[in-house]
Order: sequence, then structure tokens, then C-alpha cells
Amino acid sequence: MKNDFLSEKTVIMERKKIVIIGNGMVGNKICEKLKHKSDILDIIVFAEEPIRAYDRVHLTDYFKVSSIEELFLSKKEWYAENNVKIHLNDPIVDVNRSKKEVRSLQGLIVPYDYLVFATGSAAFVPPIPGVEKEGVFLYRTIEDLDLIKAYAAKVKKGTVMGGGLLGLEAAKALVDLGLEETAVIEFAPRLMPRQIDDSASQLLQTKLAAMGLSCLLQKSTSQLLGEERLMGIAFQDGSSIETDLLVISAGIRPRDELARKIGLAIGERGGIVVNPHMQTSDPAVYAIGECALVNDMIYGLVAPGYEMAEIAAEHILGEEKSFKGFDMSTKLKLMGVDVASFGDPFISEPYARTILLEDRNKGVYKRLNVSTDGTRLLGGILVGEATSYNMLLQMVNNSMPLAEHPELLLMSEQGQNKSASSGLEALPDGALICSCEGVTKSQICDAVINGNCENADGVKKCTKAGSGCGGCVPMVKDLVNYTMKQQGKYIRSTICEHFDLSRQELYDLIKIHELKSYDQVLDALGRGHGCEVCKPLVSSLLASLWNEMILSKGNDVAQDSNDRYLANIQKGGTYSVVPRIPGGEITPDKLIVIGQVAKKYKLYTKITGGQRIDLFGAHLNDLPLIWEELIAAGFESGHAYGKALRTVKSCVGSTWCRFGLHDSVSFAIQIEERYRGLRAPHKIKSAVSGCIRECAEAQSKDFGIIATEKGWNLYVCGNGGSKPQHALLLAADVDSETCIRYIDRFLMFYIRTADPLTRTATWLNKMEGGIDYLRNVVVEDSLGMGETWEQDMQLLVDSYRCEWKVAVEDPEIRKRFVHFVNAPEERDESVRFDTMRGQKKAADWNLKTY
Amino acid sequence: MNTQIDTQIDLQWLKACQIEDAIENGGVCLKLNDEQVALFYFARRNEWYATQNECPHKRQMILSRGMLGSLGDTPKVACPFHKKTFALDTGECLSGDECAIKTYPVKVENGTVYIGMTA
Ligand code: SRM
Ligand SMILES: Cc1cc2nc3c(=O)[nH]c(=O)nc-3n(C[C@H](O)[C@H](O)[C@H](O)COP(=O)(O)OP(=O)(O)OC[C@H]3O[C@@H](n4cnc5c(N)ncnc54)[C@H](O)[C@@H]3O)c2cc1C
Ligand code: SF4
Ligand code: FES
Repeated sequence: MKNDFLSEKTVIMERKKIVIIGNGMVGNKICEKLKHKSDILDIIVFAEEPIRAYDRVHLTDYFKVSSIEELFLSKKEWYAENNVKIHLNDPIVDVNRSKKEVRSLQGLIVPYDYLVFATGSAAFVPPIPGVEKEGVFLYRTIEDLDLIKAYAAKVKKGTVMGGGLLGLEAAKALVDLGLEETAVIEFAPRLMPRQIDDSASQLLQTKLAAMGLSCLLQKSTSQLLGEERLMGIAFQDGSSIETDLLVISAGIRPRDELARKIGLAIGERGGIVVNPHMQTSDPAVYAIGECALVNDMIYGLVAPGYEMAEIAAEHILGEEKSFKGFDMSTKLKLMGVDVASFGDPFISEPYARTILLEDRNKGVYKRLNVSTDGTRLLGGILVGEATSYNMLLQMVNNSMPLAEHPELLLMSEQGQNKSASSGLEALPDGALICSCEGVTKSQICDAVINGNCENADGVKKCTKAGSGCGGCVPMVKDLVNYTMKQQGKYIRSTICEHFDLSRQELYDLIKIHELKSYDQVLDALGRGHGCEVCKPLVSSLLASLWNEMILSKGNDVAQDSNDRYLANIQKGGTYSVVPRIPGGEITPDKLIVIGQVAKKYKLYTKITGGQRIDLFGAHLNDLPLIWEELIAAGFESGHAYGKALRTVKSCVGSTWCRFGLHDSVSFAIQIEERYRGLRAPHKIKSAVSGCIRECAEAQSKDFGIIATEKGWNLYVCGNGGSKPQHALLLAADVDSETCIRYIDRFLMFYIRTADPLTRTATWLNKMEGGIDYLRNVVVEDSLGMGETWEQDMQLLVDSYRCEWKVAVEDPEIRKRFVHFVNAPEERDESVRFDTMRGQKKAADWNLKTY
Repeated sequence: MNTQIDTQIDLQWLKACQIEDAIENGGVCLKLNDEQVALFYFARRNEWYATQNECPHKRQMILSRGMLGSLGDTPKVACPFHKKTFALDTGECLSGDECAIKTYPVKVENGTVYIGMTA
């Protein structure tokens, strides 16, 4: 091994050899930067951790995804493809500075021209008796999280020592891991002492209490209790608490032990001393990230670390850039609690004037510190609502002049939105929007104008903005929209090249002109010959408006493939069959029929997540035959193929369950039969639970109903899928009839106004005024549309017919269910199946042989 | 209608189906010479097209069940599986880098549709 390296050295004398110690966030970043800037470098990385660099900032997400894949900062092949040699699980243990060689734990000796310390920091463990006990953890690496997760599964009470940013994040993670009691202990008299003031902390505590987190302030720990295992914590004031698990988050200490050992200059309280170019006391050795002490500061954030990586990379390549200090503003990353502080959060009289807003009712606290002449914003704190954080931060960082009434900046979201967009205009071109990646306003605008990026994702790909800590994403979105508007690009979202209209405009026009087929609509309102975007959209509108059989009037060819054949297409070109099973209730006889049909037509059967049965692998030719048999047994189409009502799940409810308050099954069946076949911008799902135990998971549905002592609670706009979201309470304790009236209105409002393929959750998220506005419209009838919508809905309910029944009875439609028009009896023999657990499955893509 | 030169060497006009077997503004699948061919009647433009039935993306026998449309002036079909689109006149893939699909000349005489294939 040693010889390898030596011979390598002789060959590439001209090339520069750079050794990087540490493959954390900043160590990874400098590899990217160096590779990007120059081709004549040999980079060798030594990493102590057993896996390549991951996103430590989003470490807590690991509990949710439980897979490291999503957190990796680079593609698996990146290091190999870029010729960067990386030695995982092999920390550097010594450096010979005169010979310019490093030695790793496994004994590798590697020479360098430049050496970079990116060793980060470690959690600070205070010298308290008992910290070695079982049940005491740190919160820094994937390994730490694995240990915590395993231990948390066995215990009930958890505690976090330290009420700073990290501590609170860890504490929330413990709550989410399901510990019954979680507490935070903090030495200072308030939470996040370095970021927020006492009032903000009090409000924050109230919010945390609501999430199941209690806070013990001004507590100084004297001892950890228990034998081998942790059992409790004793404090200096004589009090104590019981706990099974402790996470220590009491600050960080730079990992400077190796630097110290080899004689580099170290700060008084730790950290490798560097100059503004990131050079240590040995000019061939650099230090960056959380191990570096620059201007007497350790920067415990990723953005300044990335800036240091940039500067060191430039300097190694002969450019003179210097580190000029960095903004330490932060936002707390806790679901459900907005806390942010920016600029100088504490500055007060006589150096500044303070504007305060404290709304205990809504749970909002905001503080702005304004210069004594009232012209500049110096800093502030936001709790409970931090949507304006990015804009306020920009105002501080760019010393933007304040308008006449700075107090307006504290006002509600609407007010802020306005000031946000006028603020965007005033923002200087050079304003740093994404500090992690160093992307400015003008770079983002340029990506929109010249790079054809039309959304935040596009900008992310183009400029990397938003790919670091993600804090700037809302502002990037605003900037994209703002720039598109400037460009006249984004006035409204039109459908495609064939229709210069939004979905809602098209809906209204089709209704006014009473258009009934796709061709009519295209001739009257569009141009060209249509496409795969506008055809299904118009078809869905026609169905929502008139509820005619979707395959009539030549509309079959304008339907999405699934709608066109009234079945979901599967790998290989076969279809699935999903009969409706309202509320999930089914008789033994009907179960037998499903079994018989499946056997006869050789179908794979599976219970779905929607409380019904899916039969897969039907040949196109067999679909009408299968449905004929199912219909004869009393089944109907389940519309699994349509953007339509899917299932209304039920729990067993009061007919059997000892907790059931009402008959949730009957109500679920009633609801499902009322809205079956209803076409909407996206699929809609519902559920009814018989009590608050919520066995039907109603709160994850587009509309969900839960029995209460006095009636039903109606929840709306929940979603499962890739971005789960809980439904929100729309109306409480209503009777069945009122509940249905509200659902009628809610659904018609959604059908009329939602963008194509937008689920109710996203629709609500985009709605100005949110759930309160929706409640006004639906419950208070603020638009005066209630009655019309109820009538519209009744029309749809009355005109319902089972599509499959119509299809099998109409010879013209039925004729279309053949694979070869010139050989109608023949099936597509190229379809291949495999077997698995005694049933068939579709053969994998591409493996088909003929 | 496509103007194709039927004097092309080896071109055989195979009887495909009757006009009324085709679907207005849609496709049907034919079995010709043991190949699967998709036949499209783009009624809005009064044009007939024939292509291979297999979508090259995941090699699925499916294009006849695709949706017709236009991109500017180019007539196209969108595969039902992942909505890749192909130009009906040239066979070129209009979305992404899938390879082109084969196209065949079509003629209609006395209510019968013929597709030209090389033997
Ligand atoms: C069969 C089933 C899985 C199963 O074996 O259990 C299923 C299968 C499919 N789901 Fe699902 N989903 C099934 C329950 C769910 C559920 C759970 C539920 O409904 O309780 C969810 C999450 C809840 C939700 O929708 O909020 C779910 C979220 C999705 C999504 C993501 C929707 C979203 O808002 O993000 C899609 C994609 C889409 O619709 O665009 C999807 C799409 C699909 C499609 C239609 C994909 C496709 O286009 O081929 C699958 C085809 C099924 C077929 O061919 O019959 N499926 N899918 C379930 C059928 C339920 C039923 O009886 O109708
Ligand atoms: C839970 C959590 C949440 C956070 N949230 C935020 C946030 O919201 N915003 C923000 O800006 N920052 C946040 N941070 C801080 C951020 O993660 C760090 O600033 C950043 O990771 C620092 O990068 P680094 O490369 O300097 O150090 P690290 O990422 O710690 O990497 C250092 C690496 O060097 C390795 N190493 C040490 N010594 C050696 C050796 N001798 N040989 C080889 N390898 C060695 C270590 O094992 C480690 O892998 C958070 C941190 C945590 C733990
Ligand atoms: S939600 Fe309530 S009523 Fe329904 S099954 Fe569960 S416990 Fe019983
Ligand atoms: S199989 Fe046709 S687009 Fe994927």
C-alpha cells in the first residue's frame, strides 16, 4: 500500500495532492468545489464515519425515513467518477508536517501538498457524575440516532439536556419516537437563550407543552442517577426527575485534538486558529467548517462552513478570497412551531427602538429592532408565525431602507405577502438568497429569465439554490413567481398550447356554452388538435358538469387510458378490476363471486389499502365478460381508474364495537353511494370512524367523518400519499343531514376551483385564508353559493349510472374491448406473467421475449 | 391522406380492416404478417397513420391504445403508460430520448384500409 502511494507520487509530481481529513458536510463540499474548479488535483479523503457524507442538518429526518439514502449528499458513484479517493472508516491519527505526510488508523501513509482539516465538532459532554451510564446519548451522527431509536423503543421517559436549537429538535424527535413523557432541561432562564428573549421563550414553551414537551428552566444538573442504567437526574437545587433516556445537547466542541497534537495553533477555548484564507499556523494546512476558529468564532452552522470551503478551495488554487464573517440567523426546524431570530435579536434601548407584537390569543410573538433613526432594521425574533423571516433577514443583511410604518411588517400574513413582493423589488441584485450555496437574487432571476426555470425545483437544479439547509426555498419560490410575473410569463396557469385558459375559466365557459364533447369544446374554445394534457382535463370537466357516460359522444378517445377502458392499465398491458364495496362491507356470497370470477379469468387477487378487493391481470378482451358476471351478482364499478370518488372507508362502529358512538358503517355506505362516480380534479377519498379512536383513519382523507357524543365531526383536506397531511376540522357536532350538505358544498367548490390533478390538501394549502376561509364559504355560505352547489350535486347524484353496466350493454362500446380489430377473438399473446406465492404477477418491464 | 409511393420496392399492401373498424381520433391494433401494427384515424385532420404497436420505452404492445394529439403542426400519439409521445408522420420520439418508432404507409380504397409493409 505504502509503495503504491510513493510510486504514484513520482508519476504525478506536477499535480497537486490534497488530503482532506473528515467527510462531513463541509469536507464533502470542498471536494465538490475543488473538482469543479480544477482538473489537476489529486484528492484523497479520510473519513472517520463508516459512510460517505450525509446531510447532518436534516439528521432528524432519518427517524422518519429510516433510510440513509435520502440524506446522502452525493450520488454513490460521485467519488469514483471524479477520481476522488475516499477511505471510509479510517480516521487520520497522525501528521508529519515536515515530511508532509498523514498516517491513518489502518496504517496508510499518504503524502500531501495541502492538508485540509474538516473534522467538524463533537457534542460537548459536561463533566457530570454518571454520564457513562446506559441510556445516555449524543445527537450528532447516524450512529447516535440508531442507538437512540433502539433504546427509545424499550423505555417510557426521555429527557434532553440543553434547550438550544439542537436540543429542541432532539426533544421533538423523542416525542415523535413515541416516548410517553419528554422533557427539556435548560441551565438558562429561557429556551434558545442565544436566539430569543424571555417573552418569546414563554410563548414557545406553551407551544411545546401542547406537543407533549415539558420544559425545566434554570436547572443545573448535579448527577445522573441509577446503577448501570440511567434512572433519573438530580439537580443542584435538590430536586430530581425520573427518566430512562437522556440526550445530551449542551453545546459543541470543535474536533481539534489531532491539530493540537501536531502543534497547530489552537484557540483558548478550542478550535483550530485560521486566518481569513482558512490557513492554519502552518500555511500548507487549512481548516474549515466547525473545527475552524475564525475571527475568534466557531461557526456552528452549515452555510458559513460552505463559504469556508469555497475560500479554502480558491486559496489552494491561488485566488485570494477572504472570510468576512457570517450571519448567524436561524430558524428552528420543528414541525408545527415557527421560531426564527435574525440580525441582532437582543439589541435594545438606547441603541435601538423595539417594536413588539404579542398576541397570546393566536400564539404569536414578534419583535423588530429598528435603528434609533427609524431607517434600518437591525434584527428581531418571530414566534408562532415566521413566514416573513426570509424577507426580514434580507432587509437586515442588505441594510434596506424601512418604509414609513415599519410596524406593518408585524401584521398578519396577508399584509406580509404584500410587503414581501414589494420587498422583492427593492432587494438589491447581489442579495444573498441561498447562503448555503452562495446564490444571489440576480442568479435566481437569471435562471428564470434565461435558464427557462419556471419553478423552485428548476432553479434548484440550475443554481443549487435551496439544496442546502432548505431555509431559503420559500423565498426562492416567491422570487420565481415574481420574476415570471415581471416577464409576463406567469399571469395565470393556462392548460396547454391548445387552450389559453385556466381550468376554472374553462369549467365556467363549458357550463355557460353547454358544451358536451371534447371536440365541441376544442372547436369553441381552443385551437389545434388537442393533446394528452387537455383531453383528459376537458373530459374530467365534462364528467363533473354533466355526469354523462364518459365513453359516449366520441369522448372515449379523449379519456385518459384508464378511463377509456374503465380499468387501470398494468405492466404488460393487462387491466385491473376493482368492484365497489361501499364502506368495505361485503356479504359472504359476494366474496364467493369475486373468488369464482378471479379463478375463471385467472386473476391475481389482493385486498387493497382502501378496504376492497383488486383483481389484476385481466386481458382487454375479458373485461366486459368479467364485469357482466360481477354486475349480475350486484357489483358496480369502483372507479379505481377515474379521478373520482374512490373509497369511503369505515370502521365497524356501534353495531359491534364496544366504543362505537354511532353506526359508522351505515353512514359510510350512505356517503359512498351518494358520491360514487363523482368526477373531480383528482381522486377523492373518505372515511367514517365510530369514535375518536379513529380506526378508519378519517383524518387522512379528503373528507373524513368522526362520530362524537353529539353528532359528527367533519374534517377536510387530508392526504396520504407522498406528502401526508392531516385533515382539518371544518364543522363539529353536526347531524347527518347537515354533514352531507357541507360535503356537497365542499366538493362542488373543490371541483369548480381546483387546478387539474390537485388533491384537496394542496388545493387548501394554496387557498388564501386557508381553512377559515373555506369554513366561511362552506359553513357560513359567504359566497352565497350553498344552495346552487347543493342542487348541482343533487343533479349529479340523480344522474349516476354504473359505467360498466352501460358499457357491457352497449354493443358499440363493447366492441372496443378487443386487442386486434382484425382478429377480435384473439388475445394479445405477447403479454407475459410470472408466478409468485401461487398467484400470477406481471412479468418485469423489458424482460419480454417473443 | 398520406401520399405514399406504392411503387416502392417490395412494398406489399395488406388489407387491414374496414373504415368502420377504425376509431375516429383514436387507434386500433392489427395483426399483420405476425406483427402488431397500430392504425390511427386522425379524423379531425382527415389523416390515417400506421406505426408499430410496441412502445419502445418499456417495450409494451400498447401504442394503439394511446391518445392522439398535435404538437404545433405535428400529429402525435401519447403512450398510455408514461405519456411518451411520438410523431405519427416520422415516428420520431417527441419526449426524451426513446428511439423512433416504425411507421407504415396507409391507403383507403372503397371503404377498405390497406397498410403497406415490406415483405
Ligand atoms: C390497489 C391500491 C394498493 C393496494 O394494493 O392496496 C392502490 C393502487 C394504486 N394507486 Fe394508490 N392504491 C391504493 C390505495 C392508496 C392509498 C390508501 C387509501 O386510499 O387508504 C393511498 C394514500 C391515501 C391518499 O390517496 O391520500 C394511495 C395513494 C396513491 C397516490 C398518491 C396520491 C397523492 O395525493 O399523492 C397515487 C398517484 C395518483 O393518484 O396520482 C396512487 C395511484 C395508484 C395507482 C392507480 C397507480 C396507477 O395509476 O396505476 C395504483 C393502481 C391500482 C390498480 O391498478 O388497480 N395511489 N393509494 C389501493 C387501492 C385502494 C382502493 O381500493 O381503491
Ligand atoms: C441534529 C443537527 C441539526 C442541525 N441543524 C442545523 C441547521 O438547521 N442549520 C445549520 O446551519 N446547521 C445545523 N447543524 C450543524 C451542521 O450540521 C454543521 O454545521 C455541519 O455539519 C458542519 O460540517 P463539518 O463538515 O464542519 O462537520 P461534520 O459534519 O461534523 O463533519 C466532520 C466529520 O469529520 C470526521 N472526523 C473527525 N475527526 C476525524 C479524523 N481525525 N479523521 C477523519 N475524519 C474525522 C467526523 O467523524 C465527521 O464525519 C445541525 C447539526 C446537527 C447535529
Ligand atoms: S373508531 Fe372507535 S368505534 Fe370505530 S372501531 Fe375504532 S374504537 Fe370502534
Ligand atoms: S411504455 Fe410507453 S411510455 Fe413507458
